[in-house]
Amino acid sequence: MDNAQVQIDPRYAPPPTEEAITAAARQAMVRRRVLVNVLRIGFLVVVLGGWELAARFNWIDPFFFAMPSAIAWQIYDWIIEGTSQGPLWQQVLVTMEETVIGFLIGAVMGIAAGLVLGRDRLLADVFSIYIKIANSVPRVVLGSIFVIALGLGMASKVALAVVMVFFVVFGNAFQGVREADRNLIANAKILGASNRQVMLSVVVPSALTWITASLHVSFGFALVGAVVGEFLGSRQGLGLLIATAQGTFNAAGVFAAMIVLAVVALIAEFLITLLENRLVKWRPAQLADTGF
Amino acid sequence: MVAVMTSAAPGLAPDDRPIAIELQDVQRRFVTPDGQALTALRSFNLTVRRGEFCAVVGPTGCGKSTTLTLIAGLAAPTAGAVRIMGQPVNGIDQRVGFVFQQDAVFPWKTVLDNVVAGPLFRGKPREAAYANARDWVKRVGLSGFEGHYPHQLSGGMRKRVALAQTFINEPEILLMDEPFSALDVQTRVLMQDELLKLWSAQSASVVFVTHDLEEAIALADRVFVLTAGPATVKSVYDIDLPRPRVTAEIRYDPHFTEISKMIWNDLRDEVLLSYQRAQRGE
Repeated sequence: MDNAQVQIDPRYAPPPTEEAITAAARQAMVRRRVLVNVLRIGFLVVVLGGWELAARFNWIDPFFFAMPSAIAWQIYDWIIEGTSQGPLWQQVLVTMEETVIGFLIGAVMGIAAGLVLGRDRLLADVFSIYIKIANSVPRVVLGSIFVIALGLGMASKVALAVVMVFFVVFGNAFQGVREADRNLIANAKILGASNRQVMLSVVVPSALTWITASLHVSFGFALVGAVVGEFLGSRQGLGLLIATAQGTFNAAGVFAAMIVLAVVALIAEFLITLLENRLVKWRPAQLADTGF
Repeated sequence: MVAVMTSAAPGLAPDDRPIAIELQDVQRRFVTPDGQALTALRSFNLTVRRGEFCAVVGPTGCGKSTTLTLIAGLAAPTAGAVRIMGQPVNGIDQRVGFVFQQDAVFPWKTVLDNVVAGPLFRGKPREAAYANARDWVKRVGLSGFEGHYPHQLSGGMRKRVALAQTFINEPEILLMDEPFSALDVQTRVLMQDELLKLWSAQSASVVFVTHDLEEAIALADRVFVLTAGPATVKSVYDIDLPRPRVTAEIRYDPHFTEISKMIWNDLRDEVLLSYQRAQRGE
């Protein structure tokens, strides 16, 4: 073989170098990302533009369905002039306070109950049926009870948010504890772990993946609880803003409040993702799908 | 029960060492989730002397692992006695180490935190525990990987973590449940040598469960052959291959082949029986 001539057939291009392949792949990824973003913006423009045009040409009744420009103007007006109940930021703050307090209390209670019932078969068998029943009741209805019992202040909204959050977090914490790997538990025990240590160093960490997944959903639920609570009876908050707008047939106001809520929810979602990444940083990173 | 004993080679330690593990007339029954009783072990007798490396081979699903859970104190026998160091097993004993078949390292702990887990669970002072753990990470050849999470390691490296995690507790009794069965053949041989090296430094009494007869012969002083389930000890073989052994090379020793043939003759019937039962869907 040492004297063999390497013949390169001119019909075939030489194989690309590794750098060339990497560069091409990177370029393709960038191109794809740009494409995705352009299409996203394009979609938004088409939807909002279509809505605006349809309303302007009276294909849909702007009185009922509002239009993007009116909604934007409403938000601008709220920010500059304040709402009928006071400054907008204050309404946001009130709703956020109810949501966050309700979310925290509900999440802590849900995690605690999930861990206890997940570890104790008897308690789980006894209580699981009641939790199923309680979960199937439309819990928003409880809001009326809370407003009657706890008044128009913050307590009734927090209570509703707690009830909304509890079951979601509980369900996931319970499942997470149940799914804890029996081998890992046996390993920890043989390595010398006490029951408490097994709980802290095996059961809780393995349930944490499930719990953090539930926090995303349940924060949204807490927000629903707070807003619906305000809707049912309150003196402040975004829910009341929506109720007032509804009462004055101000469709743009309803949409505007909705958008403010959405922005708040997105920020919260972002913060929860940060928290999740901190808590479960041991998980394998998702491999980037390059489309090859 | 037929007990076939090959003559002990003159170089081996005389068997007057104290008994470390003893299973006496043990029976173990399970109740399946649909309420059926299932016997895994019947009139099971096994003794392991201090510092002895015993391998247990038998057909798949015959109840090999059950013996380990009994010795570890993870489960109790339905009848009979299980003793370690002369005392009846009553729950998990601090002197026992266990290496599992599947990955049992904690995925949320780094390599170092995995290795240090045992000493910390047992209430050793933090600083000493970490120093010891660093030493063990080095000893199993994982220097530089202290801060890695298990998912960032290969299967063989995770096994090394598991070995360090177990050996750091300096177990007097080491139970291993097909620990290398998930590894590729080359890695498996490397890990076998690693295990022998670690074991000869501590000389724990080992019960090594495997379905791989060659692995059993390469590693052990004695091989127990089990019957198809419900398992009992069919025969015991002394392996008089000299130590220290290099598992990658010992396979080509003519005496190794001889022993292997002899034990396989014995094991084959049980494997066939177990296979036929599986075919019939029992």
